[in-house]
Amino acid sequence: MQLTVWTYEGPPHVGAMRVATSLKDVHFLLHAPQGDTYADLLFTMIERQNKRPPVTYTTFQARDLGSDTAKLVTDAIQKTYQRFKPDVMLVGDSCTAELLQDQPGTLAEGAGLPVPVVPLELSAYSRKENWGASETFYHLVRALLIHQKEQSGDKEEGIDKLEFKKPKANLLGPSVLGFRCRDDVVEVTSLLRAIGVEVNVIAPLNASPEDLLRIPEADFNICLYPEIAATTCAWLERTFKQPYVKTIPIGVGATADFLREVGQLAGIDVEEYIQNNSSRLPWYSKSVDSTYLTGKRVFIFADATHATAAARIAKFELGFDVVGIGSYSREQARDVRKVAKELSLDALITDDHLEVEKAISELRPELVLGTQMERHIAKRLGVACAVISTPAHVQDYPARYSPQMGFEGANVIFDSWVHPLMMGLEEHLLGMFREDFEFNDSAAPSHLAAEGTLSNQPEEDIAKNTNQEIVWDLEAERELRKIPFFVRGKARRNTEKFALDSGLDSISLDTLYEAKAHFSR
Amino acid sequence: MNTAATAFNPACPDNTSIKVDSPTLTEIPVRQERGERAVFCGLTSIIWLHRKIQDAFFLVVGSRTCAHLIQSAAGVMIFAEPRFATAVLEDKDLAGIADCNDEIDRVVERVLQRRPNIKTFFLVSSCPSEVIKLDLGNSAQRLNKIYQGRVRFADYSGSGIETTFTQGEDNCLKSLVEELPNTESKEKNLIIAGTIADVVEDQFKRIFEQLGVENVSFLPARNEEQMPKVGDNTYVLLAQPYLGETTRSLLKRGAKLIQAPFPFGAEGTLEWLRSVAKVWDIPEDKFESVISIPLARARRALTHYQDKLAGKSITFLPDSQLEIPLARFLSRECEMKLKEVGVPFFDRQIIEAEMNLLPADVTLTEGQSLDDQLDRVREDKPDLTVCGLGIANPLEAEDLRTKWSIELMFTPIQGFDQAGDLAELFARPLIRESRLEC
Ligand code: SF4
Ligand code: SF4
Repeated sequence: MQLTVWTYEGPPHVGAMRVATSLKDVHFLLHAPQGDTYADLLFTMIERQNKRPPVTYTTFQARDLGSDTAKLVTDAIQKTYQRFKPDVMLVGDSCTAELLQDQPGTLAEGAGLPVPVVPLELSAYSRKENWGASETFYHLVRALLIHQKEQSGDKEEGIDKLEFKKPKANLLGPSVLGFRCRDDVVEVTSLLRAIGVEVNVIAPLNASPEDLLRIPEADFNICLYPEIAATTCAWLERTFKQPYVKTIPIGVGATADFLREVGQLAGIDVEEYIQNNSSRLPWYSKSVDSTYLTGKRVFIFADATHATAAARIAKFELGFDVVGIGSYSREQARDVRKVAKELSLDALITDDHLEVEKAISELRPELVLGTQMERHIAKRLGVACAVISTPAHVQDYPARYSPQMGFEGANVIFDSWVHPLMMGLEEHLLGMFREDFEFNDSAAPSHLAAEGTLSNQPEEDIAKNTNQEIVWDLEAERELRKIPFFVRGKARRNTEKFALDSGLDSISLDTLYEAKAHFSR
Repeated sequence: MNTAATAFNPACPDNTSIKVDSPTLTEIPVRQERGERAVFCGLTSIIWLHRKIQDAFFLVVGSRTCAHLIQSAAGVMIFAEPRFATAVLEDKDLAGIADCNDEIDRVVERVLQRRPNIKTFFLVSSCPSEVIKLDLGNSAQRLNKIYQGRVRFADYSGSGIETTFTQGEDNCLKSLVEELPNTESKEKNLIIAGTIADVVEDQFKRIFEQLGVENVSFLPARNEEQMPKVGDNTYVLLAQPYLGETTRSLLKRGAKLIQAPFPFGAEGTLEWLRSVAKVWDIPEDKFESVISIPLARARRALTHYQDKLAGKSITFLPDSQLEIPLARFLSRECEMKLKEVGVPFFDRQIIEAEMNLLPADVTLTEGQSLDDQLDRVREDKPDLTVCGLGIANPLEAEDLRTKWSIELMFTPIQGFDQAGDLAELFARPLIRESRLEC
């Protein structure tokens, strides 16, 4: 048993629901008790979907267990088909139904429906949401396309016929309840169009089963979210000899690499396009104000796709120091570990938010890039935070266009990561007017007014002696108060560490400045 | 054991239920419906219970779904570390490789290390734990021995195969009732049952004090020390309409139920209090003098919303069990027209005093077949539909105004001083509609 307070991912059937809800003309029959219907609200409340997810729950009760839950399933299959007349039916178990072993998938296959039925095995006791989405997408695509495999001859020459037709690509992976998928799809589509690549099918987001049938018509696939599409892309590569693009275009550098990878598969020279088109991010990072971003300590925790992308942007495009990186995506842990290693860090792979909280409070970063879970942690610790990944809350599904991918995505990222931080000038003014009674530490910077005053908690922490063995003398303590509050905690810790290392048991004014000299970079 | 059934027969000589006035029961037909249900399970009630009982911890033994439900249904995550958690069953637990009892003990120990001040520890069963027949009652007994009274363990079911979302509280309180200390006191004492906001609790306390009703306690209390005692002179008054099992347990322990409408709205609160005043033989003029000011205030507050609500129609989808008392309040005090009033299940024993106050032509439905019911909503086109969170936005998108039922659990709505707030909850979607231009 795993002790869990908050969870990063829902159960696998929620992943299946995400795929079903992304698609058109597909209905999902879920063998589940009534309480599991809560999952509807993820779609209708968090992402403000204006339709109920295309999901029917069998809602069996205890009294049905004695008799025949299988009968309930059989009835529900017919009723659901009659009411919704989908083109494809997905059928699966929730965690509880998995224990009953009614085999709703098999029952549905035997029900004589005039449409394809795709049974799902969702392994609720070992797997989670993203895996469930990935499996569902894969099994659906496979079920629809497996027959085409026989008919598809060699399409080796596909790409060579470029002179006659534009190269075509599928965008695979975007789904509802993904992070900014809605806008990423628009951004990537326009990037591709700009270099002369036509988008064939986008799936699962807004695709119908008929669209899925056209997947093999593309020359290659683009795996936008490996959490959901990697398995499918690999299968399509094996089955239809469709290669796939693996670079995720999040960040300026990654977007350029992405274009190059696409260019290679499509036989297009993209260098000129890259030269002439970019984001404002590089200039903004170079502008004077951003000197204050240099060396900011950031902690990253997200799904694998966004965590690894964030690390590259943070380090190479904003000049931050990445002090910690991790992910809850166990399936993609290897990618995260690799990036961590390049940063000389150990990746934190966990789905226990308490571990993440511990890491953050130990590392004391100045900025946390995370999920809504990290937003809570950061708020509690009084650290700035930007949300870069699911799980996210309703405010992370903004009304405005705000992709993460492509050059426009990089602009959005610059804004949303820098926003929670002190801006350069403000940092300076705060230092200068620290003793002005109206400009005190507890007043939030003006651009953060909406977030209210800064949390007092770190103040309290800082006010307390973190180390019992060491005494601060009055003068040193007073001097410490003059240091801007957002670096005060660090100053205290550093000084105490310095004192301890030097075998001192009290801290004087001199110790404070010696420590400062010692740690200054 | 048929105490429950006989207790409410007014003709029964050993009647343990006190009826305020006993008009003949209007026989409103209740239509049964079976099919897909869209109501959360009893685990949901942990969201408000863990805030209310400040020294209790709720450990759900369940699946990732259960953990996800609680965090999603809360809508907002709670900043402070919450006093609940889920022990998520894994493959190795199901395969019997890990001994579930040992696992539970280990998890409990970890929780109590982090939270040494916990006095009551609820082990809450879920669908998966019930299907694999994990006996949490046994675990509670075992843990009671291990912790020797330092922490009290109780178990109850919050599963979706057994409970709807407010029934979770009913089961929780029932498990508490079984442990309540006995009292031999010859004096009348009163238990107000059902979670209400602390501020409302304090208001009621003041009113009872002014009335001279002593020995009032609340179930659940804010902490273990303040939990009620129960005995032959205990009277039970329900503040929430979903406590059938809790009530029946209290009756078994000798308590008597005071039948009353629920304290929603000015009239509901008035009758609710009056029913106690009668049992306590409070003189009419004293009652009037205590009640008149807050009552007038409640009525005044209601006038702000009455014109917005009067004549508007409303449908309740089955969800919280609050449907019938709220329908009564909205029809009688706000002049709303009732279309369909759905309840997850119909507990006549608990709701009896409300039934006489409903308009005779109301359509009552018990149970649910979601799509059929939504078809009826589309046909009826009520001005307002009270429903679960999952359904609200889709209905709004179909140009139907909605109110989330779960908000009624998180907002203080009982009592005189909340009557206006309660009406406002229903008026707000209509006011918004009248303001928005496109
Ligand atoms: S319905 Fe059952 S499985 Fe689902 S969340 Fe509730 S208790 Fe858990
Ligand atoms: S703080 Fe953010 S993540 Fe937490 S509940 Fe509010 S909106 Fe959601």
